[in-house]
Amino acid sequence: MSKPGKFSFGVFVFVTLFLHIPLAILVISSFNSSKSMRWEGFSLKWYHELFYNSGPLWHSFWNSIIVAISSSVVATVIGTLGAIGLCWYSFRMKKAIQTLTFFPVILPEIIIGVSILIFFNKIGLSLSLFTIFLAHVTFNIPFVLMTVMARLEEFDFSIVEAAYDLGATEIDMLLRVILPISMPGIIAGLLLAITLSLEDFVITFFVAGPGSSTLPLHIFSMIRFGVSPTINALSVVIIVGTALLALSSKNLYSSLLKR
Amino acid sequence: MRKNYGPIYVGPVAFWLCAFLSVPLLITLSYSFLAKGLYGGVEPHFSLAAYRSLFNTAVLKVLLNTIIIAVLSTALMVGLALPTAYYIARSSQKNLLLMLIIIPFWTNFLIRIYAWITILGSNGLLNSFLMGVGLTDGPIQFLYNRGAIILVIVYTTIPFAIFPLYSTIEKFDFSLIEAAMDLGASKTKALWKIMIPNIRSGITTAVLFTFIPTFGNFAVPKLVGGTSSWMLGNLIERELNITRNWPLASSMSVVLTFVTMLAVLFFMRSQNKKEL
Repeated sequence: MSKPGKFSFGVFVFVTLFLHIPLAILVISSFNSSKSMRWEGFSLKWYHELFYNSGPLWHSFWNSIIVAISSSVVATVIGTLGAIGLCWYSFRMKKAIQTLTFFPVILPEIIIGVSILIFFNKIGLSLSLFTIFLAHVTFNIPFVLMTVMARLEEFDFSIVEAAYDLGATEIDMLLRVILPISMPGIIAGLLLAITLSLEDFVITFFVAGPGSSTLPLHIFSMIRFGVSPTINALSVVIIVGTALLALSSKNLYSSLLKR
Repeated sequence: MRKNYGPIYVGPVAFWLCAFLSVPLLITLSYSFLAKGLYGGVEPHFSLAAYRSLFNTAVLKVLLNTIIIAVLSTALMVGLALPTAYYIARSSQKNLLLMLIIIPFWTNFLIRIYAWITILGSNGLLNSFLMGVGLTDGPIQFLYNRGAIILVIVYTTIPFAIFPLYSTIEKFDFSLIEAAMDLGASKTKALWKIMIPNIRSGITTAVLFTFIPTFGNFAVPKLVGGTSSWMLGNLIERELNITRNWPLASSMSVVLTFVTMLAVLFFMRSQNKKEL
């Protein structure tokens, strides 16, 4: 078997360094006692600042958590039901609904943000955490739906027919056949939805009202205000937090698959 | 015959996406054909003024800048991603190398933009270094131009090019390359003439996944772009929130949606051709 050459190795190393060095610089400068980028000694004062002196930041963090959990639970319920329907039933307008579910995935985020803002304005709904919740459910549904569908497609429709032949009602079948087999997909979809909701900046930017800032919106206003070492400390907390979450959800997911 | 429960299962999705996606998109489309209200909003009579405003030189300049940035960034990303994905797919440590690409991608999007601001900003690392060694007296402005936008877009979006390319190269049968080399082709020629045509679907997916988010980008030019390097997204936001010309914001959104749909249709056609 031929090995990859020096050229592709060179590009790979370049891309990997390109992706990691800026984050490494953030991590190092979060421990710098100076406000500038010049190293003036080790210090944890920016972490102290972050944890004891950043009230608005934590307020927006809790807003993000509230929106992420509520919107991803609703999106998971709606998306899972939709995946079951689209995967195992045929009915009128199925193709149209399927096409509609692709839209939030392929449309640029700004289009969703702008049109949903115009819509809220038209129906006279004032912007708040609730409008952020509605927008987040909307862009999360397709991702849950696709994740659950990918799981359901691994199974044959005959297991559903077998359950019917054995006398199961639709509710029995949903609760005792479909939901258990699709559980790994549902959990994966829920986790994906939480991540996307916590991460979203562009759509939230358009539908957030005064006083309903989420963490990304707060980070955005801090960045616009200028470079602040508190953001460096926050970055490190986020990097470590997401790495831990990703690893634990990976373990959770594989233990669910083994069941 | 048992009852068809399909519509009951799909009902909530259909309702939600109609209410919060189709209807908003249709309202936006209809606003683009109305006259603008005095203080934001619209007047309820038909007008093509918003579409006529699209042909202002200022708007056309922003559109041209958006196209230049999207084409250059997409070319750079696919150009860098192709050898990278090839190297990962041919390595014996695939999963480890993929993790190296994925981990930075987990970090919050805005934090990844911010990382470049701390490097390129006027008080940033690069300027501290240049002034420290005496190459320059005052800080140089590296941010707020087209180059900074392209750099940061490539930084935040390149994994979307690497992953689809990796998954097609991984499935490619490399014994074909060996056969070509046994028949006297050089390795470069064999890769170019045999591997590239065989991974075309991965290349089109990579182009689509990088071009669409770049063309509709808003956050990157907002944070590291200047007024001279505005993209369509910035103009839409200004017309919506500051100038409050909602028909114009709507007509620009229609253009952006149209370009996206064209890219998707082009992609689907090239995928279908491959199957014939």
